[in-house]
Amino acid sequence: MVSVALITVFVFMNGLPSMVEHGFMEFLLGDRWRPTNGLFGILPLVVGTLCVTGLALLIGVPTGVASAVFLSDILPKKPAAVFKFAIELLAGIPSVVYGFFGLIIIVPMVKRIFLPILQVFDPEATTTGFSIMAGGLVLAIMILPTVVGLSENAISAVPSDYREASLAIGANKRETAMRVLVPAAKSGILASIILGMGRAIGETMAVLLITGNVALLPGSILDPVATLTGTIALEMSYADAGHQQALFAVGIVLFCIIFILNIIARFVASRMGVGGK
Amino acid sequence: MSSSKRRKDIAYYGVIAALSVFTLFCLIVIIVYITSNGLPHITWEFLTERPRSMGKEGGIFPIIVATLYATAIALVIACPIGIGAAVFFKEYSKGGRFIQIVRIFTEVLAGIPSIVFGLFGFAFFVVFLGLGWSVLSGGLTLFMMILPTIVRSTEESLETVPMSYREGSLSVGATRWQTTVKVVLPCCVKGIVTGVILGVGRAVGETAAVMLTMGGALRLPLSPFDAGRTMSMHMFVLTSEGLSMEKTFATAALLIIIILIINSAANLIGRKVGAINSA
Repeated sequence: MVSVALITVFVFMNGLPSMVEHGFMEFLLGDRWRPTNGLFGILPLVVGTLCVTGLALLIGVPTGVASAVFLSDILPKKPAAVFKFAIELLAGIPSVVYGFFGLIIIVPMVKRIFLPILQVFDPEATTTGFSIMAGGLVLAIMILPTVVGLSENAISAVPSDYREASLAIGANKRETAMRVLVPAAKSGILASIILGMGRAIGETMAVLLITGNVALLPGSILDPVATLTGTIALEMSYADAGHQQALFAVGIVLFCIIFILNIIARFVASRMGVGGK
Repeated sequence: MSSSKRRKDIAYYGVIAALSVFTLFCLIVIIVYITSNGLPHITWEFLTERPRSMGKEGGIFPIIVATLYATAIALVIACPIGIGAAVFFKEYSKGGRFIQIVRIFTEVLAGIPSIVFGLFGFAFFVVFLGLGWSVLSGGLTLFMMILPTIVRSTEESLETVPMSYREGSLSVGATRWQTTVKVVLPCCVKGIVTGVILGVGRAVGETAAVMLTMGGALRLPLSPFDAGRTMSMHMFVLTSEGLSMEKTFATAALLIIIILIINSAANLIGRKVGAINSA
Protein backbone atom coordinates (compact mmCIF):
# COMPACT_ATOMS: atom_id res chain seq x y z
CA MET A 1 0.00 0.00 0.00
CA VAL A 2 2.91 2.26 0.73
CA SER A 3 4.02 1.70 -2.83
CA VAL A 4 0.65 2.74 -4.28
CA ALA A 5 0.67 5.85 -2.12
CA LEU A 6 4.23 6.65 -3.20
CA ILE A 7 3.37 6.23 -6.85
CA THR A 8 0.31 8.42 -6.53
CA VAL A 9 2.13 11.12 -4.61
CA PHE A 10 5.14 11.29 -6.91
CA VAL A 11 3.29 11.17 -10.19
CA PHE A 12 0.76 13.76 -9.01
CA MET A 13 3.39 15.98 -7.43
CA ASN A 14 5.29 16.15 -10.68
CA GLY A 15 2.28 16.51 -12.91
CA LEU A 16 -0.28 18.64 -11.11
CA PRO A 17 1.59 21.96 -11.25
CA SER A 18 1.70 21.71 -15.02
CA MET A 19 -2.00 20.91 -15.17
CA VAL A 20 -2.87 23.89 -13.02
CA GLU A 21 -0.51 26.18 -14.89
CA HIS A 22 -2.00 25.40 -18.28
CA GLY A 23 -5.56 25.28 -16.95
CA PHE A 24 -7.48 22.04 -16.45
CA MET A 25 -9.85 22.50 -19.33
CA GLU A 26 -7.21 23.67 -21.75
CA PHE A 27 -5.05 20.74 -20.80
CA LEU A 28 -7.79 18.15 -21.15
CA LEU A 29 -9.64 19.62 -24.11
CA GLY A 30 -6.99 21.58 -25.99
CA ASP A 31 -6.61 20.10 -29.44
CA ARG A 32 -2.99 21.07 -29.95
CA TRP A 33 -0.09 19.09 -28.52
CA ARG A 34 3.00 21.06 -29.50
CA PRO A 35 5.40 20.86 -26.58
CA THR A 36 8.08 22.89 -28.34
CA ASN A 37 5.67 25.85 -28.62
CA GLY A 38 4.39 25.43 -25.08
CA LEU A 39 1.00 24.13 -26.23
CA PHE A 40 -0.11 21.18 -24.12
CA GLY A 41 -3.60 20.08 -25.13
CA ILE A 42 -4.00 16.34 -24.73
CA LEU A 43 -7.23 15.91 -26.66
CA PRO A 44 -5.46 14.43 -29.72
CA LEU A 45 -3.73 11.91 -27.44
CA VAL A 46 -6.95 10.97 -25.67
CA VAL A 47 -8.76 10.59 -28.99
CA GLY A 48 -5.85 8.55 -30.34
CA THR A 49 -5.94 6.21 -27.36
CA LEU A 50 -9.72 5.85 -27.54
CA CYS A 51 -9.74 5.14 -31.29
CA VAL A 52 -7.09 2.45 -31.06
CA THR A 53 -8.63 0.90 -27.95
CA GLY A 54 -12.13 1.02 -29.44
CA LEU A 55 -11.03 -0.74 -32.59
CA ALA A 56 -9.13 -3.33 -30.55
CA LEU A 57 -12.27 -4.05 -28.52
CA LEU A 58 -14.43 -4.19 -31.66
CA ILE A 59 -12.21 -6.92 -33.09
CA GLY A 60 -10.94 -8.56 -29.92
CA VAL A 61 -14.13 -8.93 -27.89
CA PRO A 62 -16.32 -10.94 -30.33
CA THR A 63 -13.33 -13.09 -31.22
CA GLY A 64 -12.38 -13.60 -27.60
CA VAL A 65 -15.87 -14.37 -26.33
CA ALA A 66 -16.50 -16.78 -29.23
CA SER A 67 -13.23 -18.56 -28.41
CA ALA A 68 -14.28 -18.74 -24.76
CA VAL A 69 -17.60 -20.36 -25.68
CA PHE A 70 -15.76 -22.75 -27.99
CA LEU A 71 -13.35 -23.67 -25.21
CA SER A 72 -15.82 -24.15 -22.42
CA ASP A 73 -18.84 -25.54 -24.22
CA ILE A 74 -17.83 -27.22 -27.47
CA LEU A 75 -14.28 -28.56 -27.30
CA PRO A 76 -13.75 -31.76 -25.31
CA LYS A 77 -11.72 -31.36 -22.12
CA LYS A 78 -8.28 -32.46 -23.28
CA PRO A 79 -7.88 -30.25 -26.38
CA ALA A 80 -9.50 -27.39 -24.49
CA ALA A 81 -6.77 -27.64 -21.84
CA VAL A 82 -4.07 -27.50 -24.52
CA PHE A 83 -5.76 -24.49 -26.18
CA LYS A 84 -6.00 -22.74 -22.83
CA PHE A 85 -2.38 -23.48 -22.00
CA ALA A 86 -1.31 -21.99 -25.34
CA ILE A 87 -3.31 -18.83 -24.69
CA GLU A 88 -1.83 -18.47 -21.21
CA LEU A 89 1.67 -18.77 -22.61
CA LEU A 90 0.91 -16.08 -25.14
CA ALA A 91 -0.25 -13.70 -22.46
CA GLY A 92 3.36 -13.57 -21.32
CA ILE A 93 4.95 -12.48 -24.60
CA PRO A 94 6.54 -9.06 -24.05
CA SER A 95 4.66 -6.22 -25.69
CA VAL A 96 7.72 -5.05 -27.56
CA VAL A 97 7.68 -8.37 -29.43
CA TYR A 98 4.07 -7.76 -30.46
CA GLY A 99 5.14 -4.30 -31.54
CA PHE A 100 7.95 -5.67 -33.67
CA PHE A 101 5.59 -8.20 -35.23
CA GLY A 102 3.07 -5.45 -35.94
CA LEU A 103 5.74 -3.29 -37.50
CA ILE A 104 6.97 -5.88 -39.97
CA ILE A 105 3.68 -7.71 -40.71
CA ILE A 106 0.60 -5.67 -39.83
CA VAL A 107 1.76 -2.21 -40.90
CA PRO A 108 2.64 -3.32 -44.47
CA MET A 109 -0.53 -5.41 -44.51
CA VAL A 110 -2.65 -2.34 -43.73
CA LYS A 111 -0.98 -0.50 -46.57
CA ARG A 112 -1.35 -3.32 -49.06
CA ILE A 113 -4.75 -4.79 -48.16
CA PHE A 114 -6.84 -2.19 -46.33
CA LEU A 115 -5.83 0.85 -48.35
CA PRO A 116 -7.16 -0.51 -51.67
CA ILE A 117 -10.41 -1.46 -49.95
CA LEU A 118 -10.82 2.05 -48.56
CA GLN A 119 -9.86 3.58 -51.87
CA VAL A 120 -12.95 2.04 -53.44
CA PHE A 121 -15.00 4.43 -51.32
CA ASP A 122 -12.61 7.34 -51.18
CA PRO A 123 -10.14 7.47 -54.06
CA GLU A 124 -8.01 10.05 -52.31
CA ALA A 125 -7.25 7.95 -49.24
CA THR A 126 -3.59 7.39 -48.51
CA THR A 127 -1.71 5.81 -45.65
CA THR A 128 1.78 4.94 -44.61
CA GLY A 129 0.47 1.90 -42.81
CA PHE A 130 1.20 3.43 -39.40
CA SER A 131 -2.40 3.96 -38.37
CA ILE A 132 -5.31 3.38 -36.03
CA MET A 133 -6.08 0.27 -38.05
CA ALA A 134 -2.64 -1.28 -37.48
CA GLY A 135 -2.61 -0.33 -33.78
CA GLY A 136 -6.12 -1.67 -33.24
CA LEU A 137 -5.32 -4.98 -34.91
CA VAL A 138 -2.21 -5.58 -32.83
CA LEU A 139 -3.92 -4.55 -29.59
CA ALA A 140 -6.84 -6.85 -30.45
CA ILE A 141 -4.40 -9.76 -30.56
CA MET A 142 -2.81 -8.59 -27.31
CA ILE A 143 -6.07 -8.44 -25.35
CA LEU A 144 -7.26 -11.84 -26.60
CA PRO A 145 -5.59 -13.82 -23.80
CA THR A 146 -7.22 -11.61 -21.14
CA VAL A 147 -10.69 -11.76 -22.70
CA VAL A 148 -10.58 -15.47 -23.52
CA GLY A 149 -9.14 -16.50 -20.16
CA LEU A 150 -11.53 -14.59 -17.92
CA SER A 151 -14.64 -15.18 -20.07
CA GLU A 152 -13.86 -18.87 -20.16
CA ASN A 153 -13.64 -18.94 -16.36
CA ALA A 154 -16.96 -17.12 -16.11
CA ILE A 155 -18.75 -19.49 -18.49
CA SER A 156 -17.30 -22.56 -16.79
CA ALA A 157 -18.48 -21.21 -13.46
CA VAL A 158 -22.14 -21.25 -14.54
CA PRO A 159 -23.76 -24.05 -12.47
CA SER A 160 -24.25 -27.19 -14.54
CA ASP A 161 -27.93 -27.36 -13.45
CA TYR A 162 -28.59 -24.37 -15.71
CA ARG A 163 -27.17 -26.20 -18.69
CA GLU A 164 -28.91 -29.46 -17.82
CA ALA A 165 -32.26 -27.77 -17.23
CA SER A 166 -32.04 -25.98 -20.55
CA LEU A 167 -31.14 -29.14 -22.41
CA ALA A 168 -33.88 -31.06 -20.59
CA ILE A 169 -36.63 -28.76 -21.86
CA GLY A 170 -35.48 -29.46 -25.40
CA ALA A 171 -33.13 -26.60 -26.21
CA ASN A 172 -30.16 -27.65 -28.29
CA LYS A 173 -26.54 -26.78 -27.54
CA ARG A 174 -26.57 -23.53 -29.50
CA GLU A 175 -29.70 -22.25 -27.78
CA THR A 176 -28.34 -23.28 -24.40
CA ALA A 177 -25.07 -21.47 -24.99
CA MET A 178 -26.56 -18.28 -26.43
CA ARG A 179 -29.62 -17.93 -24.20
CA VAL A 180 -28.53 -19.52 -20.92
CA LEU A 181 -24.76 -19.80 -20.48
CA VAL A 182 -23.62 -16.48 -21.93
CA PRO A 183 -26.36 -14.43 -20.21
CA ALA A 184 -25.59 -16.17 -16.90
CA ALA A 185 -21.88 -15.40 -17.27
CA LYS A 186 -22.62 -11.85 -18.37
CA SER A 187 -20.88 -10.06 -15.50
CA GLY A 188 -17.74 -12.16 -15.75
CA ILE A 189 -17.54 -11.55 -19.47
CA LEU A 190 -18.08 -7.84 -18.92
CA ALA A 191 -15.30 -7.77 -16.33
CA SER A 192 -12.97 -9.51 -18.78
CA ILE A 193 -13.78 -6.88 -21.40
CA ILE A 194 -13.09 -4.02 -19.00
CA LEU A 195 -9.76 -5.52 -17.95
CA GLY A 196 -8.90 -6.08 -21.61
CA MET A 197 -9.72 -2.44 -22.20
CA GLY A 198 -7.42 -1.46 -19.34
CA ARG A 199 -4.65 -3.50 -20.89
CA ALA A 200 -5.20 -1.85 -24.27
CA ILE A 201 -5.19 1.67 -22.84
CA GLY A 202 -2.09 1.05 -20.74
CA GLU A 203 -0.15 -0.68 -23.48
CA THR A 204 2.91 1.29 -24.49
CA MET A 205 5.62 -0.34 -26.53
CA ALA A 206 3.47 -1.98 -29.17
CA VAL A 207 1.43 1.11 -30.01
CA LEU A 208 4.55 3.26 -29.91
CA LEU A 209 6.00 1.23 -32.77
CA ILE A 210 2.93 1.05 -34.96
CA THR A 211 0.52 3.97 -34.60
CA GLY A 212 2.82 6.56 -36.15
CA ASN A 213 2.84 8.99 -33.18
CA VAL A 214 1.38 12.02 -34.88
CA ALA A 215 -0.43 14.15 -32.31
CA LEU A 216 -3.25 15.32 -34.55
CA LEU A 217 -6.94 14.53 -34.49
CA PRO A 218 -7.35 11.62 -36.92
CA GLY A 219 -9.70 11.97 -39.90
CA SER A 220 -9.90 8.32 -40.89
CA ILE A 221 -9.08 4.88 -39.62
CA LEU A 222 -5.93 4.82 -41.72
CA ASP A 223 -4.54 8.04 -40.22
CA PRO A 224 -1.66 7.91 -37.77
CA VAL A 225 -2.35 8.84 -34.14
CA ALA A 226 -0.38 9.35 -30.95
CA THR A 227 -1.53 7.71 -27.71
CA LEU A 228 -1.16 8.82 -24.09
CA THR A 229 1.31 6.05 -23.27
CA GLY A 230 3.31 6.31 -26.48
CA THR A 231 3.76 10.05 -26.11
CA ILE A 232 5.15 9.71 -22.60
CA ALA A 233 7.60 6.99 -23.61
CA LEU A 234 8.72 8.78 -26.73
CA GLU A 235 9.12 12.33 -25.46
CA MET A 236 10.42 11.68 -21.96
CA SER A 237 13.94 11.12 -23.25
CA TYR A 238 14.38 14.62 -24.68
CA ALA A 239 11.82 16.69 -22.74
CA ASP A 240 12.89 19.88 -20.95
CA ALA A 241 11.55 20.67 -17.47
CA GLY A 242 8.15 22.14 -18.42
CA HIS A 243 7.56 19.49 -21.04
CA GLN A 244 8.49 16.76 -18.58
CA GLN A 245 5.92 18.03 -16.10
CA ALA A 246 3.29 17.99 -18.81
CA LEU A 247 4.17 14.35 -19.50
CA PHE A 248 3.70 13.59 -15.83
CA ALA A 249 0.30 15.25 -16.11
CA VAL A 250 -0.48 12.87 -18.97
CA GLY A 251 0.54 10.09 -16.60
CA ILE A 252 -2.03 11.35 -14.08
CA VAL A 253 -4.77 11.15 -16.69
CA LEU A 254 -3.75 7.59 -17.55
CA PHE A 255 -3.57 6.62 -13.91
CA CYS A 256 -7.09 7.98 -13.29
CA ILE A 257 -8.56 6.19 -16.32
CA ILE A 258 -7.08 2.85 -15.27
CA PHE A 259 -8.07 3.37 -11.65
CA ILE A 260 -11.70 3.99 -12.63
CA LEU A 261 -11.75 1.01 -14.99
CA ASN A 262 -10.39 -1.26 -12.26
CA ILE A 263 -13.02 -0.10 -9.79
CA ILE A 264 -15.77 -0.72 -12.37
CA ALA A 265 -14.36 -4.19 -13.13
CA ARG A 266 -14.31 -5.00 -9.41
CA PHE A 267 -17.86 -3.79 -8.98
CA VAL A 268 -19.12 -5.79 -11.96
CA ALA A 269 -17.26 -8.91 -10.84
CA SER A 270 -18.59 -8.66 -7.30
CA ARG A 271 -22.15 -8.45 -8.65
CA MET A 272 -21.42 -11.68 -10.46
CA GLY A 273 -20.80 -13.31 -7.07
CA VAL A 274 -24.28 -12.34 -5.92
CA GLY A 275 -25.93 -13.42 -9.17
CA GLY A 276 -24.32 -16.86 -9.02
CA LYS A 277 -25.94 -17.86 -5.77
CA MET B 1 -35.61 -30.05 -36.76
CA SER B 2 -36.88 -27.10 -38.78
CA SER B 3 -34.65 -25.84 -41.55
CA SER B 4 -34.30 -22.34 -40.07
CA LYS B 5 -33.13 -23.78 -36.79
CA ARG B 6 -30.70 -25.95 -38.65
CA ARG B 7 -29.36 -22.97 -40.57
CA LYS B 8 -28.91 -21.05 -37.34
CA ASP B 9 -27.01 -23.99 -35.86
CA ILE B 10 -24.67 -24.13 -38.80
CA ALA B 11 -24.08 -20.38 -38.60
CA TYR B 12 -23.44 -20.59 -34.86
CA TYR B 13 -20.87 -23.37 -35.09
CA GLY B 14 -19.34 -21.80 -38.18
CA VAL B 15 -18.83 -18.40 -36.58
CA ILE B 16 -17.55 -19.76 -33.27
CA ALA B 17 -15.15 -22.20 -34.87
CA ALA B 18 -13.88 -19.59 -37.34
CA LEU B 19 -13.21 -17.01 -34.63
CA SER B 20 -11.53 -19.57 -32.37
CA VAL B 21 -9.31 -20.78 -35.17
CA PHE B 22 -8.48 -17.12 -35.88
CA THR B 23 -7.44 -16.63 -32.24
CA LEU B 24 -5.19 -19.66 -32.22
CA PHE B 25 -3.85 -18.83 -35.67
CA CYS B 26 -2.82 -15.27 -34.70
CA LEU B 27 -1.06 -16.43 -31.61
CA ILE B 28 0.76 -19.33 -33.24
CA VAL B 29 1.80 -17.23 -36.24
CA ILE B 30 3.52 -14.73 -33.98
CA ILE B 31 5.58 -17.32 -32.16
CA VAL B 32 6.46 -19.40 -35.20
CA TYR B 33 7.28 -16.40 -37.38
CA ILE B 34 9.57 -14.78 -34.86
CA THR B 35 11.36 -17.87 -33.64
CA SER B 36 11.88 -19.27 -37.14
CA ASN B 37 13.38 -16.00 -38.31
CA GLY B 38 15.41 -15.46 -35.18
CA LEU B 39 16.75 -18.90 -34.26
CA PRO B 40 19.30 -19.12 -37.08
CA HIS B 41 20.89 -15.91 -35.83
CA ILE B 42 21.26 -17.01 -32.24
CA THR B 43 24.84 -18.18 -32.27
CA TRP B 44 27.41 -18.64 -29.56
CA GLU B 45 28.99 -15.33 -30.59
CA PHE B 46 25.62 -13.58 -30.32
CA LEU B 47 25.23 -14.75 -26.74
CA THR B 48 28.78 -14.08 -25.54
CA GLU B 49 30.07 -11.03 -27.38
CA ARG B 50 29.66 -7.34 -26.82
CA PRO B 51 27.53 -5.37 -29.27
CA ARG B 52 29.45 -3.38 -31.86
CA SER B 53 28.32 -0.27 -33.76
CA MET B 54 25.24 0.37 -31.58
CA GLY B 55 24.05 -3.22 -31.77
CA LYS B 56 24.25 -3.59 -35.53
CA GLU B 57 26.92 -6.23 -35.11
CA GLY B 58 28.33 -8.39 -32.40
CA GLY B 59 26.33 -9.97 -29.60
CA ILE B 60 24.20 -9.02 -26.66
CA PHE B 61 26.16 -10.36 -23.71
CA PRO B 62 26.10 -7.15 -21.59
CA ILE B 63 22.40 -6.84 -22.32
CA ILE B 64 21.64 -10.34 -21.08
CA VAL B 65 23.66 -9.58 -17.96
CA ALA B 66 21.80 -6.29 -17.36
CA THR B 67 18.45 -8.06 -17.78
CA LEU B 68 19.38 -10.73 -15.24
CA TYR B 69 20.88 -8.13 -12.92
CA ALA B 70 17.75 -5.94 -12.78
CA THR B 71 15.44 -8.96 -12.50
CA ALA B 72 17.55 -10.36 -9.66
CA ILE B 73 17.43 -7.06 -7.75
CA ALA B 74 13.65 -6.96 -8.18
CA LEU B 75 13.28 -10.55 -6.97
CA VAL B 76 15.57 -10.25 -3.96
CA ILE B 77 13.42 -7.42 -2.63
CA ALA B 78 10.01 -8.59 -3.83
CA CYS B 79 10.16 -12.15 -2.46
CA PRO B 80 10.51 -11.40 1.26
CA ILE B 81 8.18 -8.40 1.15
CA GLY B 82 5.55 -10.07 -1.02
CA ILE B 83 5.50 -13.35 0.87
CA GLY B 84 5.64 -11.52 4.19
CA ALA B 85 2.71 -9.30 3.25
CA ALA B 86 0.64 -12.28 2.11
CA VAL B 87 1.37 -14.22 5.30
CA PHE B 88 0.43 -11.20 7.35
CA PHE B 89 -2.86 -10.73 5.45
CA LYS B 90 -3.86 -14.37 5.64
CA GLU B 91 -2.38 -15.73 8.87
CA TYR B 92 -2.11 -12.81 11.26
CA SER B 93 -4.71 -10.22 10.45
CA LYS B 94 -8.36 -10.69 11.26
CA GLY B 95 -9.53 -9.46 7.87
CA GLY B 96 -10.63 -6.04 9.06
CA ARG B 97 -11.29 -2.97 7.01
CA PHE B 98 -7.58 -2.06 6.86
CA ILE B 99 -6.76 -5.35 5.15
CA GLN B 100 -9.53 -4.87 2.65
CA ILE B 101 -8.21 -1.48 1.70
CA VAL B 102 -4.69 -2.86 1.35
CA ARG B 103 -6.05 -5.64 -0.86
CA ILE B 104 -7.80 -3.14 -3.13
CA PHE B 105 -4.61 -1.13 -3.36
CA THR B 106 -2.63 -4.22 -4.32
CA GLU B 107 -5.11 -4.89 -7.10
CA VAL B 108 -4.88 -1.31 -8.30
CA LEU B 109 -1.10 -1.67 -8.30
CA ALA B 110 -1.44 -4.65 -10.61
CA GLY B 111 -3.46 -2.64 -13.11
CA ILE B 112 -1.27 0.45 -13.36
CA PRO B 113 0.22 0.77 -16.86
CA SER B 114 3.91 0.09 -17.02
CA ILE B 115 4.67 3.53 -18.40
CA VAL B 116 3.24 5.09 -15.23
CA PHE B 117 5.58 2.85 -13.22
CA GLY B 118 8.32 4.22 -15.44
CA LEU B 119 7.34 7.81 -14.69
CA PHE B 120 7.25 7.06 -11.01
CA GLY B 121 10.58 5.24 -11.06
CA PHE B 122 12.10 8.18 -12.86
CA ALA B 123 10.72 10.75 -10.42
CA PHE B 124 11.40 8.74 -7.27
CA PHE B 125 14.40 6.46 -7.73
CA VAL B 126 16.30 8.30 -10.44
CA VAL B 127 15.74 11.91 -9.37
CA PHE B 128 14.44 12.03 -5.79
CA LEU B 129 16.66 9.32 -4.30
CA GLY B 130 19.47 10.31 -6.63
CA LEU B 131 20.18 6.80 -7.87
CA GLY B 132 20.50 8.05 -11.44
CA TRP B 133 19.75 5.94 -14.47
CA SER B 134 20.98 2.66 -13.17
CA VAL B 135 20.34 -1.04 -12.92
CA LEU B 136 19.34 -0.40 -9.31
CA SER B 137 16.63 2.13 -10.26
CA GLY B 138 15.34 -0.27 -12.91
CA GLY B 139 15.37 -3.21 -10.49
CA LEU B 140 13.50 -1.25 -7.84
CA THR B 141 10.86 -0.17 -10.37
CA LEU B 142 10.46 -3.78 -11.50
CA PHE B 143 10.15 -4.83 -7.87
CA MET B 144 7.06 -2.68 -7.50
CA MET B 145 5.61 -4.14 -10.67
CA ILE B 146 5.98 -7.79 -9.68
CA LEU B 147 4.97 -7.32 -6.06
CA PRO B 148 1.21 -7.81 -6.70
CA THR B 149 1.83 -11.04 -8.62
CA ILE B 150 3.78 -12.53 -5.72
CA VAL B 151 1.36 -11.34 -3.03
CA ARG B 152 -1.63 -12.69 -4.94
CA SER B 153 -0.21 -16.14 -5.66
CA THR B 154 1.09 -16.57 -2.12
CA GLU B 155 -2.31 -15.62 -0.71
CA GLU B 156 -4.05 -18.06 -3.00
CA SER B 157 -1.82 -20.93 -2.01
CA LEU B 158 -2.13 -20.07 1.70
CA GLU B 159 -5.87 -20.34 1.28
CA THR B 160 -5.59 -23.92 0.02
CA VAL B 161 -3.86 -25.15 3.19
CA PRO B 162 -6.59 -26.90 5.22
CA MET B 163 -7.51 -25.27 8.53
CA SER B 164 -7.01 -28.60 10.31
CA TYR B 165 -3.23 -28.43 9.67
CA ARG B 166 -3.04 -25.16 11.56
CA GLU B 167 -5.30 -26.40 14.33
CA GLY B 168 -3.29 -29.62 14.64
CA SER B 169 -0.05 -27.72 14.95
CA LEU B 170 -1.42 -25.21 17.46
CA SER B 171 -2.98 -27.98 19.55
CA VAL B 172 0.38 -29.75 20.04
CA GLY B 173 1.69 -26.53 21.54
CA ALA B 174 3.38 -24.78 18.61
CA THR B 175 3.19 -21.02 18.54
CA ARG B 176 1.55 -19.23 15.70
CA TRP B 177 4.95 -18.31 14.23
CA GLN B 178 6.15 -21.93 14.39
CA THR B 179 2.91 -23.06 12.78
CA THR B 180 3.28 -20.59 9.95
CA VAL B 181 6.94 -21.27 9.26
CA LYS B 182 7.08 -25.03 9.81
CA VAL B 183 3.61 -26.22 8.80
CA VAL B 184 1.74 -23.76 6.61
CA LEU B 185 4.51 -22.31 4.43
CA PRO B 186 6.09 -25.67 3.48
CA CYS B 187 2.69 -26.68 2.10
CA CYS B 188 2.63 -23.67 -0.21
CA VAL B 189 6.17 -23.75 -1.54
CA LYS B 190 5.03 -24.74 -5.01
CA GLY B 191 2.32 -22.11 -5.20
CA ILE B 192 4.74 -19.44 -4.10
CA VAL B 193 7.37 -20.61 -6.58
CA THR B 194 4.76 -20.39 -9.36
CA GLY B 195 4.00 -16.80 -8.43
CA VAL B 196 7.67 -15.88 -8.28
CA ILE B 197 8.31 -17.43 -11.70
CA LEU B 198 5.41 -15.48 -13.18
CA GLY B 199 6.85 -12.33 -11.63
CA VAL B 200 10.21 -13.08 -13.25
CA GLY B 201 8.44 -13.47 -16.58
CA ARG B 202 6.84 -10.09 -16.19
CA ALA B 203 10.11 -8.44 -15.17
CA VAL B 204 12.09 -9.93 -18.06
CA GLY B 205 9.58 -8.81 -20.67
CA GLU B 206 8.97 -5.35 -19.29
CA THR B 207 10.09 -2.49 -21.50
CA ALA B 208 8.43 0.85 -20.88
CA ALA B 209 9.26 1.07 -17.19
CA VAL B 210 12.93 0.21 -17.55
CA MET B 211 13.28 2.53 -20.51
CA LEU B 212 12.73 5.53 -18.24
CA THR B 213 14.82 4.23 -15.34
CA MET B 214 17.82 2.25 -16.56
CA GLY B 215 19.42 4.63 -19.01
CA GLY B 216 20.31 2.37 -21.91
CA ALA B 217 24.06 2.06 -21.95
CA LEU B 218 25.50 -0.85 -23.88
CA ARG B 219 28.36 -1.36 -21.44
CA LEU B 220 28.53 -4.32 -19.12
CA PRO B 221 27.00 -3.15 -15.83
CA LEU B 222 29.28 -4.08 -12.95
CA SER B 223 28.00 -2.07 -10.01
CA PRO B 224 24.26 -1.64 -9.42
CA PHE B 225 24.73 2.08 -10.05
CA ASP B 226 25.82 1.53 -13.64
CA ALA B 227 23.35 2.20 -16.41
CA GLY B 228 22.30 -0.76 -18.48
CA ARG B 229 19.93 -1.94 -21.15
CA THR B 230 17.59 -4.91 -20.91
CA MET B 231 16.81 -7.25 -23.78
CA SER B 232 13.34 -5.87 -24.38
CA MET B 233 14.69 -2.34 -24.37
CA HIS B 234 17.49 -3.32 -26.73
CA MET B 235 14.91 -4.81 -29.03
CA PHE B 236 12.89 -1.62 -28.99
CA VAL B 237 15.92 0.49 -29.86
CA LEU B 238 16.92 -1.87 -32.67
CA THR B 239 13.38 -1.85 -34.04
CA SER B 240 12.67 1.85 -33.82
CA GLU B 241 16.00 2.86 -35.27
CA GLY B 242 15.97 0.10 -37.87
CA LEU B 243 19.51 -0.93 -37.00
CA SER B 244 19.58 -4.60 -37.83
CA MET B 245 16.74 -6.92 -38.74
CA GLU B 246 18.85 -9.98 -37.97
CA LYS B 247 19.76 -8.91 -34.47
CA THR B 248 16.20 -7.80 -33.73
CA PHE B 249 14.81 -11.17 -34.77
CA ALA B 250 17.47 -12.96 -32.76
CA THR B 251 16.78 -10.89 -29.63
CA ALA B 252 13.01 -11.33 -30.06
CA ALA B 253 13.37 -15.07 -30.47
CA LEU B 254 15.58 -15.32 -27.41
CA LEU B 255 13.08 -13.28 -25.38
CA ILE B 256 10.15 -15.42 -26.51
CA ILE B 257 12.01 -18.63 -25.74
CA ILE B 258 12.93 -17.41 -22.26
CA ILE B 259 9.36 -16.31 -21.55
CA LEU B 260 7.88 -19.55 -22.87
CA ILE B 261 10.23 -21.61 -20.70
CA ILE B 262 9.43 -19.47 -17.65
CA ASN B 263 5.68 -19.63 -18.18
CA SER B 264 5.58 -23.35 -18.91
CA ALA B 265 7.61 -23.99 -15.79
CA ALA B 266 5.14 -21.93 -13.75
CA ASN B 267 2.23 -23.73 -15.36
CA LEU B 268 3.68 -27.21 -14.72
CA ILE B 269 4.46 -26.46 -11.09
CA GLY B 270 1.05 -24.89 -10.66
CA ARG B 271 -0.65 -27.95 -12.08
CA LYS B 272 1.22 -30.24 -9.70
CA VAL B 273 -0.03 -28.15 -6.80
CA GLY B 274 -3.58 -28.61 -8.02
CA ALA B 275 -3.09 -32.37 -8.23
CA ILE B 276 -1.74 -32.59 -4.71
CA ASN B 277 -4.50 -30.53 -3.22
CA SER B 278 -7.25 -32.47 -4.93
CA ALA B 279 -5.71 -35.80 -3.89
